[in-house]
Amino acid sequence: MKFRSVFDIIGPVMVGPSSSHTAGAARIGRVARSLFGRQPAWAEIRLYGSFAETYMGHGTDVAIIGGLLDYDTDDERIRTAFQEAGRVGLKYEFITVDEEPEHPNTARVRIGDADGEMELTGISIGGGKMEVTELNGFTLRLTGHYPALLIVHHDRPGVIANVANSLAADGINIAHMECGRKEKGEMALMVIEVDQVITDSMIRLISDLDNVTQVSILAD
Amino acid sequence: MDILFSTVKELVGLAEKSGRPISEIMIDQEMRITKRSREEVVAQMERNLEVMEEAIEKGLEGVRSTSGLTGGDAVLIQNYIKSGKSLSGNLLLDAVSKAVATNEVNAAMGMICATPTAGAAGIVPGTLFAVKDKLNPTREQMINFLFTSGAFGFVVANNASISGAAGGCQAETGSAASMAAAAIVEMAGGTPQQSAEAFSIVMKNMLGLVCDPVAGLVEVPCVKRNAMGAAKALVGADMALAGVTSVIPTDEVIAAMHRIGQSMPSALRETAKGGLAATPTGKRLEAEIFGKKAEESVVD
Repeated sequence: MKFRSVFDIIGPVMVGPSSSHTAGAARIGRVARSLFGRQPAWAEIRLYGSFAETYMGHGTDVAIIGGLLDYDTDDERIRTAFQEAGRVGLKYEFITVDEEPEHPNTARVRIGDADGEMELTGISIGGGKMEVTELNGFTLRLTGHYPALLIVHHDRPGVIANVANSLAADGINIAHMECGRKEKGEMALMVIEVDQVITDSMIRLISDLDNVTQVSILAD
Repeated sequence: MDILFSTVKELVGLAEKSGRPISEIMIDQEMRITKRSREEVVAQMERNLEVMEEAIEKGLEGVRSTSGLTGGDAVLIQNYIKSGKSLSGNLLLDAVSKAVATNEVNAAMGMICATPTAGAAGIVPGTLFAVKDKLNPTREQMINFLFTSGAFGFVVANNASISGAAGGCQAETGSAASMAAAAIVEMAGGTPQQSAEAFSIVMKNMLGLVCDPVAGLVEVPCVKRNAMGAAKALVGADMALAGVTSVIPTDEVIAAMHRIGQSMPSALRETAKGGLAATPTGKRLEAEIFGKKAEESVVD
């Protein structure tokens, strides 16, 4: 079940004109911002498929920048996101890619600053919902049928167990889980699909665990 | 997951067995899935209702999109209703004008509630705020209208699609009009099965509708498709309330919509490359709006 809540259908409350090309795009930008953990200094955004063909008319570009500025879908500042980006010093570039993507609404967002950079691929699946399919070269294999969490952490013993224990203590059942890392002892990732809807308190709980650096919703 | 229903057959069955309306089944499922209280779930839907009402009010005052392609039609229709000359009936035209109002606000990057998408956001609120004057519902009944619409949309989204890029306009305004028809039936006192019949009758008349927005903007023909979607929703609801049934069961109609969407070429799925977008006028408008050189070849 890709759509779990009635508010996926009647909602979101959003700035127009398109749920997939505006609201979903804003959410992709916002997840990138949340995983990066701070305001990026620059952004290079590649648009594919229908995103590439129609982004100007749908405000997909301002929406993604709005998301990178941490605006939610119902934040009216999305309309003036370009001006705000200029004010806070976020430089951005949009590139349209003439390539048939796996999903018609695909955006590849590369963001960074003096301290680092990050690359994420997101798809907007309709009605304002989105999924992250790739992060820093890791392919995130979501089944797409459950809410999913992405946890970025230091590769240390016990982190995975702590996360699993926290979820269990909250009555959350893990449906599917994948772990990966680039190099031993360095940055590692956990993708966890769960049977229950992800709540803010769940995210806070995991964020507070030792060696966890970022927690974000990959699919809601 | 505590999903209670994934098909319309299951949804109607649950409502009939428990003697409760479809809106109640939807609220029940939402509480189970999100582990929230009834008050919280209803309050969130009430906020959506408020956004819808505000969008209609704003649109009826008259708005204009930045491209200049749409805006002002809701006002024209309202003035025509007041002239007393309406042929199709005041309630029907009121729904049409309110659907248009919402989509004109959406096109102008105003605040709306997606139902189920932004491009189709006019139909559910447009019909709701038009039948309100005739049926005099309580605020709670108006909120329930949205839960019933949502219940049917939930089935469509999970078994077919509600995205124009994936399934064409039939997945967007088609879903919205069918959802609205089902909700109108419930508000008017029809049975859960009659809601399902209304859904099917309307969806069958939306099948095959392509997504071909001029210049890729959610304006032409989206605003007028919302207008006609609202009209079809009301007529379909009336037909079901009159006792008319659909020969093809609702879940099979939804499956047909899904298959039709999958076989649509990408030019007709929100890429602005085919249909009305590829007409000479459509291409000229695109060039004017974006200052691009109009392409000579027409892809269709």
